[in-house]
Amino acid sequence: MSLPESIQPVPPVKLALEEVSKTFHTRRGAVTALDRVSLEIREGEFVCLVGPSGCGKTTLLNIIAGLESPDAGRVLADGKPVTGAGSDRLVLFQESALFPWLDVLGNVLFGLRLKPNLNARERREVALFYLKLVGLEGFMHANVHELSGGMKQRAALARALAPNPRVLLMDEPFASLDALTREQLYGDLQAIWQKRRKTIVFVTHNAREAVCLGDRVVLFSPHPGRVQEQFSIPLPRPRDINSLDLAQHVAEITRALKRHLKPEMEVAE
Amino acid sequence: MKRLLVVLGFLAVVAVLWEALVRGGVWPRVLVPAPSEVARYLGAAVADGTLPNACWVTLRRLLLGYGAGVLLGLPLGLLLARFRVFEHTLGLLALGLQAMPSVCWAPLALLWFGQTETAMFFIVIMGSVWSIMLATQAGVRHVPPLYIRAARTMGSRGLHTWSRVILPAALPFIVSGMKQGWAFAWRSLMAAEIYVTIVTGFGLGHLLHYGRELHAMDAVLGIMLIILVVGLLTDKVLFSPVERFLRHRWGMDKS
Repeated sequence: MSLPESIQPVPPVKLALEEVSKTFHTRRGAVTALDRVSLEIREGEFVCLVGPSGCGKTTLLNIIAGLESPDAGRVLADGKPVTGAGSDRLVLFQESALFPWLDVLGNVLFGLRLKPNLNARERREVALFYLKLVGLEGFMHANVHELSGGMKQRAALARALAPNPRVLLMDEPFASLDALTREQLYGDLQAIWQKRRKTIVFVTHNAREAVCLGDRVVLFSPHPGRVQEQFSIPLPRPRDINSLDLAQHVAEITRALKRHLKPEMEVAE
Repeated sequence: MKRLLVVLGFLAVVAVLWEALVRGGVWPRVLVPAPSEVARYLGAAVADGTLPNACWVTLRRLLLGYGAGVLLGLPLGLLLARFRVFEHTLGLLALGLQAMPSVCWAPLALLWFGQTETAMFFIVIMGSVWSIMLATQAGVRHVPPLYIRAARTMGSRGLHTWSRVILPAALPFIVSGMKQGWAFAWRSLMAAEIYVTIVTGFGLGHLLHYGRELHAMDAVLGIMLIILVVGLLTDKVLFSPVERFLRHRWGMDKS
């Protein structure tokens, strides 16, 4: 039984970005990567940040992660200002960033070993649970270099999920994969998200990917990086990236992207 | 097993050929003794304890000096990588000293420490420490920042990041630096033993030196053979397993 939308309890704000600005100083002068970006992301929400390269979306993700600090403004996680990296906000990078000196299981255990309230047996159980979730239980003793690109990202996903972070930050994690593997991972990620109810912030330059995954799509424009428009995507899940319902939203977002961008900016649909 | 047979076969062919050349009078016996004579010398030297004793003296010097070189070189390398100040000061010095053959320290070591084990110890350390230090620095510098960022988001900080991420990530570099340090230490020790007589122990280098003094070519060749075998064995025992592990874990292209 579902309540009418108006009286459904609104989940609390998980991440709040308040007037976040960041400028990089390069040899060719200052580049404003982010200009007073404000955004609220609610508990359990799947938000996609879309924009062309150089619009500061990766910088924003790093700021949320606590890997970089803003020049002005602040980020609140559960109402508390973010001052550094923390395992409540894990990042999935574009490259898997798996550690080559550990096997797959060792990689998944890495974050778990930093959790003091688990014993060795529990850590192993948790690690195996997540390896199973991403379909890599047969590869727990494989070396990183033996995995394919898709398997690497699955292993990285298991490693990010295992310490049970409440927020998952994903920086174009599927960009370097082939189309088939990517489609498979869209399905897997949606299933995992529905099962584990994480708050996910997903950065991409691909509007179709954003519509397929997100409850909400936030459009960024570059120079300086700003939030231009937001779209809510009310499509049922699991969504198929090739479905027609999806295409309408994609077209709408792509049009908006083109409207906000200078003509020379290329946007992948 | 098959490889071992090939190696043994190769050595047998070389020995037989050599023996034939000496016996046939092609090579003068005074300058090149036959393998059988070298073997006889080695047998006698083992029997009267000279050779095992010399091997022990040399290996102890090498292991102690090299061990100290590693213990000094690793932290110094980390320091060099961590603080820019050290890079342009200590780093430059290390680069120069690494390029210098460490037997050049022998005159200084003799004057400072006299004809003692300490002098040998010092020379071996000077041979190994700089390569290990510089390789550790290079290794740490080449750690992809992505690994460190990933570790930080998982809650790794400070010492944990250094010991669990930076050091293992730099391992291929460190191992090759340790191997180079070993080679330098071994060379400098041999040079020092030939050059310096130390009464507390006769190493392989000394035996080689006296072989020449006494014109005992069987001893000279025999000791050279032993030195060669010691070098080969240490490589196989100390470094091969580590390198095999690196190849297995990192993949073929990285180690």
